Amino acid sequence: MRQPKIIVVGGGLAGLMATIRVAESGVPVDLFSIVPVKRSHSVCAQGGINAAKNQKGEGDTTAKHFDDTIYGGDFLANQPLVKRMCEAAPGIIDLLDRMGVMFNRTPEGLLDYRRFGGTLYHRTAFAGATTGQQLLYALDEQVRRHESEGKVRKYEGFTFLSAVLDDGGVCRGICAMDLRTMEVRTFAADAVIFCTGGIGAIFGRSTNSVVCTGSAQSALFQQGVDYANGEFIQVHPTAIPGEDKLRLMSESARGEGGRVWVPKKAGDTRPAKSIPENDRFYFLEEWYPKYGNLVPRDIATRAIHRIVYQERLGLSGQAAVYLDVTHIPRETLDRKLEGILEIYEKFLGVDPREEPMKVFPAMHYTMGGMWVNAEDQATSVHGIYAAGECEYQYHGANRLGANSLVSCIFGGGVAGPAAAKYAKNLEKGANAVESSVFDRERQRQEALNQALISQDGNENIMAIWRELGETMTEHVTVTRINKNLETAYSKLLELDQRFRKVNLSDRSKWSNQTLNFARELGNMLVLARVITIGAQARNESRGAHYKPDFPERDDANWLKTTRAKWINGEIQLNYEPVNISQITPRPRRYDAAK
Amino acid sequence: MREKQVIVKVKRQVSPQGSPYWEEFVLKWRPAMNVIICLRDIAENPVTRDGKKTMPVSYDSNCLEEVCGSCAMLVNGKARMACSALVDKLEQPIRLEPMSKFPVVRDLAVDRQFMFESLKRVKAWIPIDGTYDLGEGPRMAPETQEKAYPLSRCISCGNCLEVCPQVTGTERGDFVGAAIISQVRLFNMHPTGAMHASERINALMEPGGVQGCANAQNCVQACPKDIPLTESIAEVNREAWKQALLGWLIG
Repeated sequence: MRQPKIIVVGGGLAGLMATIRVAESGVPVDLFSIVPVKRSHSVCAQGGINAAKNQKGEGDTTAKHFDDTIYGGDFLANQPLVKRMCEAAPGIIDLLDRMGVMFNRTPEGLLDYRRFGGTLYHRTAFAGATTGQQLLYALDEQVRRHESEGKVRKYEGFTFLSAVLDDGGVCRGICAMDLRTMEVRTFAADAVIFCTGGIGAIFGRSTNSVVCTGSAQSALFQQGVDYANGEFIQVHPTAIPGEDKLRLMSESARGEGGRVWVPKKAGDTRPAKSIPENDRFYFLEEWYPKYGNLVPRDIATRAIHRIVYQERLGLSGQAAVYLDVTHIPRETLDRKLEGILEIYEKFLGVDPREEPMKVFPAMHYTMGGMWVNAEDQATSVHGIYAAGECEYQYHGANRLGANSLVSCIFGGGVAGPAAAKYAKNLEKGANAVESSVFDRERQRQEALNQALISQDGNENIMAIWRELGETMTEHVTVTRINKNLETAYSKLLELDQRFRKVNLSDRSKWSNQTLNFARELGNMLVLARVITIGAQARNESRGAHYKPDFPERDDANWLKTTRAKWINGEIQLNYEPVNISQITPRPRRYDAAK
Repeated sequence: MREKQVIVKVKRQVSPQGSPYWEEFVLKWRPAMNVIICLRDIAENPVTRDGKKTMPVSYDSNCLEEVCGSCAMLVNGKARMACSALVDKLEQPIRLEPMSKFPVVRDLAVDRQFMFESLKRVKAWIPIDGTYDLGEGPRMAPETQEKAYPLSRCISCGNCLEVCPQVTGTERGDFVGAAIISQVRLFNMHPTGAMHASERINALMEPGGVQGCANAQNCVQACPKDIPLTESIAEVNREAWKQALLGWLIG
């Protein structure tokens, strides 16, 4: 019998989970990652992972988790898979616990749970404030074990360039570049699972890691993998501004009782601690009495923007508000939030246990991603599967905090066996495909590299990247106005033209990070257009997508999924209905109990 | 008034075989700069202090918030993460060098595969039967979790290996370093992991294992995550002695 082979691209939570499930099914896996998988962006997830275990006796159920997720996502998510995910979540926590994740414990030795945004229940299991790191390590360790048993082969330090498609448009493997030798190689596989994460770099500065460029998604989009709901970008309400990165200050700070406020009087120059309660404006608690500081992220972000840009109440006139945990006992802070408080302290030199933190919203997550079907994470191209942040399935128009880790692990856990099954049932395996199919893709990619290396021009990739980030952040994040989106789109076209004239300051053939980033940037420019054009078209406000000229959700016209296709080098938007078979859409409001 | 400047000297090397050389750069100072921002400034305008065109500096980085372990390097001679090395707290000129205990790939990027191979060797995982549903994990006292959690925050940056006088190479049989020994302690603390504790201790009784430690205690100073590494080494060492003695007794 033919032995099938699977490739997984991306070694974050979703990729590692997919890898483990495929290896368990007896199918060999090649795992590709830009960085050693232990250094993947999942380590940045802080606050926790949701599962309705009802361990606080509040009457929480998976049905309530499902409802919170759909409601929080403003009814844009297809419901059946979200329901399955919420039902699977308690089992996922058990599995992680068995793998040795050092979750915080109650005195009885059970897992502790905290509250997160968009819910009234204690549903979030956590390991200090470095939950993503702890989860990633647990899966990394399991993959290392499979690796030592010969079931998994890692290709760390490789970047994905393109899928190898045969004449029938079926995926037969990948084309990747060794980031040391810069050699372009093809690798055959019967199915490929993409778990390539977020796209933060498109916005210049974000809470994302350096590798989160969306380059793989964009390359696949340009090869016929549809991209859905690209316009839905989550801006996290609380991050520490920085020139290289906007460092996340987890929602768990508010989950543990942290409060957001500004001085009532504009330009109040008194030190935060000396401002009496009466002179403080706890605007989230005032505007949203039921959920208070734990409203969903889109709501909190818009509230902070309103405070800063309309009410002009930003701290010392700057774009910042206080996130205050100074009233919480030091012992509790150290036990439950140390990881994030340490980040604030190290990068700003101020102890947040003593001084309120200064924070501002930052691009954080993409709800949109590669289109996958409603059953098993298959994309629109045969043989290509996707899981994790790079696909669009679970979060609708806005993701709830602590739902990303669960969607990564669930999606990866579904994609792995699905790809293995597909691979086993293939009539003709990838190893029977003519070598010319692989050769032509390799040559195409080598030619692209050669063109970039040898061309003479006067453009610098870092400068183009900075302008891309500024344009996207200014016009395509929190508030969207059609006229500005149009300006942004023309700017993107201009940058695309200028990109053709980049002059690489490094033309060497060994470990050339400049060439690699140039390849990524070219792809980022395309995905930026998908996001912008999707936002321009959607004339309503839903979840994270907010247009002041169309302030209401418009179910009659816009309760539909955006599905972008790449047709002859142009982006075409199509729409398809949302599966609302379980919960009927109702107005979404957080100023009262739902 | 003259614009405030940042002077950075980088030890460069074009390939593993290349000879190292230094280049100096002058950058425009801004508030809250870190070493990563300096390297990005150089990439945007790769011109040395004396006006010579050069290439951007190669270096590893990813999360930029000291949790992925990528950007370890020598900053003014000290092994640390570049992202949390703030310019205003550094003496100038800021000297950047690759770590010396690991093979250089290019410029400041090094190959730390040795650490991941060592993790394999000591079986740094919980051997679960499978990912199918087997119910909840073992209960654990909060005190155990509070002791184990700090150990589980090791980011495999390699700083503890860099500063250890006993780490001399990255081949099998060379001293594995504090990070790996501490991971053995972590997995041996877990109720399921403890069932296989002796296998991990055995791996650390081989050449390059725990007996390689000469108690310089540099590791615990260099750890960016404040992991009690010397405590871990002492504990694992005790276990190794116990195991050796037991082996000798039962012959």
